[in-house]
Amino acid sequence: MEETKELTINMGPQHPSMHGVFRVEVVVDGELITEVHPSIGYLHRSFEKMVEARTYAQIVPITDRLDYVGSALNNVGYCLAVEKLAGIEVPERAQYLRVIAAELNRISSHLIALMASGLDAGALTILFLHLQPREKLLDIMEKLCGARLTYNYARIGGVSGDIPPGLADDINAFADDFLKTVEKLKRFFFGSRMFRQRAEGIGVLSREDALSYGASGSTLRASGVNFDVRKAQPYLVYDRIEFEVPVGSAGDSYERALLRVEEMRQSVFIIKRALEQIPEGRVIAEGVPRLLAPPPGEAYARIESPRGELGFFVVSDGTPYPYRLKVRSPAFSNLSTIEAIGPGCMIADFVITVGSLDPVFGEVDR
Amino acid sequence: MAVRADDDLIAKLGDSIESSSSGEEGLVLTVKPDAVRAAVSALKDAGYEYLSYLTAIDRGEVFELVYRLCSLEPLRDGAIKARVPREDAKVGSITHLFKGALWQEREVYDLFGIVFTGHPNLTRILLPDDWVGHPLRKDYEDERLERRPNVY
Repeated sequence: MEETKELTINMGPQHPSMHGVFRVEVVVDGELITEVHPSIGYLHRSFEKMVEARTYAQIVPITDRLDYVGSALNNVGYCLAVEKLAGIEVPERAQYLRVIAAELNRISSHLIALMASGLDAGALTILFLHLQPREKLLDIMEKLCGARLTYNYARIGGVSGDIPPGLADDINAFADDFLKTVEKLKRFFFGSRMFRQRAEGIGVLSREDALSYGASGSTLRASGVNFDVRKAQPYLVYDRIEFEVPVGSAGDSYERALLRVEEMRQSVFIIKRALEQIPEGRVIAEGVPRLLAPPPGEAYARIESPRGELGFFVVSDGTPYPYRLKVRSPAFSNLSTIEAIGPGCMIADFVITVGSLDPVFGEVDR
Repeated sequence: MAVRADDDLIAKLGDSIESSSSGEEGLVLTVKPDAVRAAVSALKDAGYEYLSYLTAIDRGEVFELVYRLCSLEPLRDGAIKARVPREDAKVGSITHLFKGALWQEREVYDLFGIVFTGHPNLTRILLPDDWVGHPLRKDYEDERLERRPNVY
């Protein structure tokens, strides 16, 4: 057998397989990766410094730009933290609307994640399969919030507007239709050898490592830890809605992707139930001042974003500007596991492994 | 692993605790800076197996470090806080306890300039290596920074 020589290869940041602007230096022995040296920060905008010069209400649209694939959830997470700090009660109808927007957004985010994984593996079917439902979803979101990507829907104390007439029927129709798409996704994607051979048993993250690295979302659940913020510490009205949280055990790239498909199905059920249960009433709390100055103190609120535990830690000094705002970014923590799961992959499979963590660099770099 | 009573923990850490509280946010212990490693280790042994995040707050004379730890099944919150002097901002690294701290400590070092002793690779993570200063410090100056608007 011929001897191979160790070689260091640079991947990214400007490369379509790196899901944004991720740069990683890999040391390879032939095709096999032996060491991984990730490098992030190419999309750093100093969000946490920027917000210190803005009023609480002005920050809501900037949170859209963190995890830009799941922006409705960022708004909700930020508003929950500020409301906790300022002691604002959100009307029930607004809470349901937040759940509906969040779950619709979770589906569109997971669709992107799966599409990207499919592209990485050369399974193009998934790209064409995801286009139509995502387009319908974006239309629904546009009617609900007026935007297709950066929704800016949640406001401190509620949401920006009520659900327009007739949209509930559209959402229900979409939900029924989408359940069929989920079945198709499962068949075409997860039944395909193309994807299975390059994801099954590859990029295995052990339960211990998942906990130690602070992974969350489907990355953590694929490694066998049953943790979903919606169940563990129910916020909004999740405790009144019945749904299941899929948990895996293998911890490989395949299962991380598979759990996302099941989560989309559960999101459909959540949306349908929320639409049945939603009460009449106001969509934004009365008497929230435009220039909100929460009392001095601190609050941490966490939500389950498509990537995992998204948290906002707000510190107030009693002025209308936050003294400190820390974002607990699930994508950041999930991506840090790449140091553990990267070595041992082939170069081509490494791309799928990165994709299976579903990093969004707006949130990793902040 | 079941979470042991908080009182046991407080007794175990003894004098290194400056204050403790237990409320909606779970158990919050404020400890002396040199006891951070011991405190995090004790909480980990008591079932707080997950480091949600660690961060710092610039409080002028001191930096306040916040470590949010939890046990996951079921969820139970806990936090360790420590105040390190601004002039000599140093604290023991907890990377041997939580691998998640590898990146998180680098981030706090990058943005606040707090040194984590014992970290295997304490370099800037978000900003370029040749960046001058630590932006999240309140006295950081850069002409490109936005000023707070006048609001009435």
